[in-house]
Amino acid sequence: MEFEAVIGLEVHAELRTKTKVFCGCTTEFGGQPNTHCCPVCLGLPGTLPVLNKSAVEYAIMAGLALNCNISKFSKMDRKNYFYPDLPKAYQISQYDLPLCKEGYIELETDKGTKKIGIIRAHLEEDAGKLIHDENAGTSFVDYNRTGVPLIEIVSYPDMRTPEEARTYLTKLKSILEYTEVSDCKMQEGSLRVDTNISVRPKGSEEFGTKVELKNLNSFRVVYKALEYEFKRQVDAVKNNEKIMQETRRWDEDKGITVPMRSKEAAHDYRYFPEPDIVPIEVSDEWIEEIRKKIPELPYQKKDRFIKEMGLPSYDAGVITSDKALSDFFERCVELYGNPKTMSNWVMGELLRAMKETDIDSEDLPISPEQLVRLQNMVDNGKVSISMGKKVFDSMFKTGDDPEVIVKEKGLSQISDADALNEVICKVIENNSKSVSDYIGGKKKAMGFLVGQVMKETKGKANPQMVNELMRQELDKMQKN
Amino acid sequence: MELYEYGMNELIAMLKKGEISSVMLTKSLIDHIEEKDKDIGAFLYIDREGALKAADKADKERKEGSDKPLLGIPVAIKDNICTKGTKTTCASRMLENFIPPYDATVVERLKEAGAVIVGKTNMDEFAMGSSTENSAFKKTVNPWDYGKVPGGSSGGSAASVAAYEVPAALGSDTGGSIRQPASFCGAVGLKPTYGRISRYGLVAFASSLDQIGTFGRNAQDIALIMNAISGHDDHDFTSAPGKEVYDPDDIKGGVRGLKIGLPKEYFGEGVNSEVKDSIYAAVKQLEERGAEVEEMSLPYSEYALAAYYIISSAEASSNLARYDGIRYGHRAEKYEDLIDLYACSRSEGFGKEVKRRIMLGTFVLSSGYYDAYYKKALEVRTLIKNDFDKAFEKYDVLMSPTAPTTAFGFGEKSDPLEMYLADILTVPINIAGLPSISVPCGLAGGLPVGLQIIGRPFEEKTLLKGTYMIQEITGKLRPEVR
Amino acid sequence: MDIDDKTVDYVAKLARLNLDEQEVMDLRGDLSQIVGYVAKLRELDTSNVAQTAHVLPLKNVFREDMVKSSMNRKVVLANTEHKQDGFFVVPKIFE
Repeated sequence: MEFEAVIGLEVHAELRTKTKVFCGCTTEFGGQPNTHCCPVCLGLPGTLPVLNKSAVEYAIMAGLALNCNISKFSKMDRKNYFYPDLPKAYQISQYDLPLCKEGYIELETDKGTKKIGIIRAHLEEDAGKLIHDENAGTSFVDYNRTGVPLIEIVSYPDMRTPEEARTYLTKLKSILEYTEVSDCKMQEGSLRVDTNISVRPKGSEEFGTKVELKNLNSFRVVYKALEYEFKRQVDAVKNNEKIMQETRRWDEDKGITVPMRSKEAAHDYRYFPEPDIVPIEVSDEWIEEIRKKIPELPYQKKDRFIKEMGLPSYDAGVITSDKALSDFFERCVELYGNPKTMSNWVMGELLRAMKETDIDSEDLPISPEQLVRLQNMVDNGKVSISMGKKVFDSMFKTGDDPEVIVKEKGLSQISDADALNEVICKVIENNSKSVSDYIGGKKKAMGFLVGQVMKETKGKANPQMVNELMRQELDKMQKN
Repeated sequence: MELYEYGMNELIAMLKKGEISSVMLTKSLIDHIEEKDKDIGAFLYIDREGALKAADKADKERKEGSDKPLLGIPVAIKDNICTKGTKTTCASRMLENFIPPYDATVVERLKEAGAVIVGKTNMDEFAMGSSTENSAFKKTVNPWDYGKVPGGSSGGSAASVAAYEVPAALGSDTGGSIRQPASFCGAVGLKPTYGRISRYGLVAFASSLDQIGTFGRNAQDIALIMNAISGHDDHDFTSAPGKEVYDPDDIKGGVRGLKIGLPKEYFGEGVNSEVKDSIYAAVKQLEERGAEVEEMSLPYSEYALAAYYIISSAEASSNLARYDGIRYGHRAEKYEDLIDLYACSRSEGFGKEVKRRIMLGTFVLSSGYYDAYYKKALEVRTLIKNDFDKAFEKYDVLMSPTAPTTAFGFGEKSDPLEMYLADILTVPINIAGLPSISVPCGLAGGLPVGLQIIGRPFEEKTLLKGTYMIQEITGKLRPEVR
Repeated sequence: MDIDDKTVDYVAKLARLNLDEQEVMDLRGDLSQIVGYVAKLRELDTSNVAQTAHVLPLKNVFREDMVKSSMNRKVVLANTEHKQDGFFVVPKIFE
């Protein structure tokens, strides 16, 4: 019997507002603990929340980019529970009237396009951060993050494989980045993922027992955890073991999911309408105003790259799947002009270097200006193409300017005819057999001779010139 | 006549003329408070040093030509309103040592108007109670009879004004906590329209019902305080836009043509007959001066108390969840783990009535009960509000007794439900968010009777007009000096 | 309606309150009485009535996304003794 997974994803993304959702404290990441706090976000007695308009707009913008219906009438609710990172002992969130509902994301899979439904996306506030000291038996609380606006995006359990889940996440991340509502940095916690998975026989309509997976700190971990959990659940079903409805986390060292120590029985959140925040009415005019502000989305950019820049669909797809990468690329094209040349660099050397060094597109050590200047040097003959690739590698490692690298490493292409001729003559002298082969009609022998010149000059000779001059020299000899 | 016997208006005139200085006035009042309060117990904390400093500053500013409306006038503040740098305890062990790092907006505005803050007054713990007996720290007595309660939860503020300790004091009203003690102590107490005064800095009890208001000895004093503290606040987004300023002279306009409704449900069996008589007598006098009086009905009145207890407890259980001792407040010293730390700190810090309301509120919000209780209460709230809306199409104000009885004795209402019934005439007004004032209109059995005037949203001016008229008729009440 | 000890215990846990035997008994009585009283509301048919969560007809009250200065950390930590290196300290939390 074949099984399939039924996977849903819950994503929390921090909205890129300057201030927190209910007070004027900064949302800047980092900062000494408890230095971005005020009476309101600390929940001091007597304080009241005041709603940040940008947070609402960003949430609506995200909803629009995710093809959601925006609720005309929406409100905030209190979600009540006790935890040290929650100063008011309730989180102001949205319960039954979320801002955005019933959206979708389209995934490109090898079986074609698949629509993944989104149940809802709503606005809420973040909690603080806890740091645990195992030895001392204490935990430390930092409230800087308390009150940062979050959008919570809940998908329908439409995904059937860990791969689809990963693709969904990548697509969702790029949409959020493109609309600039969130910077989606999982390592800084501005993007968090929880998932739930159950299994059932393929073709069945019924749902199995759902297990929740939490504390997944990268898309890779999400994939591996789902992969493992799928297998674990299938094995259990096959062995007639009951699957517990529980929350599990990923143990990186052991490569397995383990149950989280249960905090307590299922939370009774006692949701009720937040009395301190009045309702939100979203007019059609406001929605259109926000819609106009939405920057170009990935699929729109991809189309433009194909139509206007003549990029092949695959390349366009790869480049636009990552906002920072496509921004880099577009800036290069802006400076240089020829998109194909730049896309060659990006699809070739840049992606390779990124993969090898595990550096993200947001953290590139080189700038578009530097890459364009390098290409200009190639165009001018200052550096050969193959040398150019070496310069690129160095540039990527050090961040130094191409001119500096070329100078320091003496990688300048030798384009001086006299210098080249000197080497050419030397090579001809030392390779009389090849020379006579060429003169005798074996045109391919020139390749070998050119290669020898390149070897002599340690690759610095301008290949076109070498070809040109070699041919001239050989022809001269042939005449004689 | 002693300085503490003068009303605010008179004191302002004397200060303006230079007949007295604010320092003189403040010193005189605080000396009197320290003497008198040994018996009354209205104050939890008297800030002699701070007050004299502020008074001195006021005198200097006056010399420089400042004309701030309350310059140099001493006032008291209920201890659930945050005062920066000064303990704000809500009369609870939970906040026994809590010092807010900020001023409530009303305190800021009082300071901006030049007022001198003399101290913080006693109350029922976290504003939950109708007698001030639930204070964790001390007992406040009724200035008219030391064996009787001053009412609650703003008992300290009411007593301080009625006992001539200060000319005015701020309180808070969630279900009657200003009006009922005003009635018991023979002071004037105003609860404004919900949203008229900023709640920022008022330690929350029930967010959709709480309002800060003021005690005074007459309508003009109330108007002066209102002018200083009311109006939209950017820190409180449930505060109504704009600001209205009351001309204290305007309120002397009289009651000719005023349409007064008497809701028959507020004059029922549960209300003491002497109290009723007192109200009828005052209302008759208003009629003789041109008001039109008619009996009418607010049919959903009998459901208001139940709706109130559900809504207020539910909101309170959530508002008081933040008290865990981690960032401020009482923190237990012995506990087993984190959850136990929470439970011990809260159980040690909260008194019985507070725990009772938290339990009730948690219960009505818990899964399985939300629809039957909380949701239902919010729907009944609509019905009660509609009752009033309809009434105000025909009448300008409604009048009734403020409380079913005069002040009762200490320990008399030990059954919580009995205590809750003390609020039955004031609670519907909070549910509907309307403005309401209690003005002393006579005595019954030697104790003050309060007349409640209820108005349309934001028509506090009409309430003040009625108040002025009634005080003209009945004269000002003053407890016997003991 | 009668509230049993189990319910009182459950609610006390939810509310993070420790109750001794006497308190549980008292509360059980108090709550039952109060709950019985408020159940009175069931007499009313509110199937066509909207909820009033806010008495003022205010909507869309927002503030601009402008940074205001935060509190000095000393002040943030001023109301507790249980602090270390700029953090609040609590007993270990189990995840």
